[in-house]
Amino acid sequence: MAMTFNKLGDHEWELNVCGYTCPHPQMYTKKALQKIESGDMLTLIFDNPSSGESIMAMCEAEGSDLVDRHDGGGSFTWKIRKA
Amino acid sequence: MNVATATTASGPHWLLRKSSLQATSVFLLVVLCSLLALAKDTRFVYMLVYVWFGLAYGMLLQYGRFCMASAVRDLFAVKVPRMAVGMMIAVALYAVVAAIVTLAGFSTFHPNAMGWHIVIGAAIFGFGIVFTGGCASGSLYKAGEGNMNSMLVILAISFSQAIVVSASGWWDSLVPQSWIAAAAAQDMPAELTITQGWFDIFTAGYIWNLKGTTTAEIFDMAGTATGIVLLNTMLTAILPVIIILVALYVFYYRKGHLRRTGKANPTLRDEIAGMWAMFTSSKNTAIAGIGLGILAGLHMYVTGALREHYDIFNFGELLVAMGYTSGLSIQDTVFDPGYWYITTQEAQWGGWVMQKLGIDSMDSIFFGLDNGLPNPLLNAPGFMSIGIILGASVMALARREFKWKLPNWESAFFAIVGGTLMGIGARLAMGCNIGAFFATVTNGDPSGWVFLFGMTIGAYIGVKAFTWWMDWSDSRKTSECGL
Repeated sequence: MAMTFNKLGDHEWELNVCGYTCPHPQMYTKKALQKIESGDMLTLIFDNPSSGESIMAMCEAEGSDLVDRHDGGGSFTWKIRKA
Repeated sequence: MNVATATTASGPHWLLRKSSLQATSVFLLVVLCSLLALAKDTRFVYMLVYVWFGLAYGMLLQYGRFCMASAVRDLFAVKVPRMAVGMMIAVALYAVVAAIVTLAGFSTFHPNAMGWHIVIGAAIFGFGIVFTGGCASGSLYKAGEGNMNSMLVILAISFSQAIVVSASGWWDSLVPQSWIAAAAAQDMPAELTITQGWFDIFTAGYIWNLKGTTTAEIFDMAGTATGIVLLNTMLTAILPVIIILVALYVFYYRKGHLRRTGKANPTLRDEIAGMWAMFTSSKNTAIAGIGLGILAGLHMYVTGALREHYDIFNFGELLVAMGYTSGLSIQDTVFDPGYWYITTQEAQWGGWVMQKLGIDSMDSIFFGLDNGLPNPLLNAPGFMSIGIILGASVMALARREFKWKLPNWESAFFAIVGGTLMGIGARLAMGCNIGAFFATVTNGDPSGWVFLFGMTIGAYIGVKAFTWWMDWSDSRKTSECGL
């Protein structure tokens, strides 16, 4: 499955990197966070567990908030508000 | 940073969940197979030590998302030092336990030959791990999460190594004449044909003329407590770990930490608090690092104690005593490092399959003289690798993170090419990030830091190449929301 990055509405974005392994998910997330505006919400969908720790550390370093997360069945849906 | 608590789909009690039952089933399967092996011959306990340490490694690797590829790759790709910190924690703990094991007289460690081959091999390996998404151990635990891409990486590592160490052809003439002369001068049995095949010439004509030592051996203090503790552990392992951790804090963590805590003029106390925050920023990784460090040292102790118990130097002797003589080297040995190691047993898997297909490689030094080509069912370190896969499966299933994932064409291509580069690099450097780095520096062999240096250079170039690839492939997409 190919990566998709879509605008869902005003200040709402979705990045789906299911099917990708390291380092794609964290690198695409970094690029997406660089593209969106401060305060925008990014819904990130991924299924590579290893990427989660790096993405969380990246958010911490940049001050972005992980406002909601739903994990289960090997898939992860995280909502990140860009600092 | 605010971090939301993970929510999961509601359902039955976690013990009754399908994934928990599957995790229990995998665990019980290992227990059952272990009991069957012991019922056949109690001396299989030697092999089961590899199995169960592998299982524990796999569980911890999955729990901490502990992949040494991430240590160098994510540092350059997304500026995240999480895994580099975890790796240093593991090195420090392993070094301390290794010192105790060595002082107790049960060390199974042998230093690697020091030379330029380590930098070149490690750089090729480091370049490859960026594209495969994991190091050799990382690929095993990710395979245990159901990632078929990582299975492809393991296959590529296995066969590329087996081909590298045994293939002969026009490229043999590219090696320096001095190596060929030095190899020809070695007093070796004719069946090894050590002047045919570039890897044999490289091994006999170059590697065998190099010296591998621990720091304590350099100062002629190998048998002393001072040499083991001060030179091998403190000077060779702990001091570089402290320097690297301080560098990681200064260059990758300090700025963000001070901004988050609002410390414009930090005191030494604030800096120490910042270091501690860096250590604990990923608790899972830190816990895995501590656990892996201690377990890796204990692994050496248990294997060393069993060797003393059975009065053997190598598992091959035990196999002969049990009546298994097929696949041994001409010295009646098999690969049996006695500690955490990954790539050589995977090369044996590839070599064994090739042998079954009619491509015999027992005339090579790597298989014929040193490691043998045992049946995978009798390959003790091979079972450690299988144990890592199964241990990671148990943990991933228990955490509801197991998912079968098929690779797409792009990731499959990267897995095969990157895995092949990892295999070539690992053989040139005489090991991967585990055997040539993790197991060496922790036992006082400074060659491991040379490996890390080479791997870091390779990973840096790999990240640059990978970033270029992502940018180029994204630029060809027509979506208005392209990255």
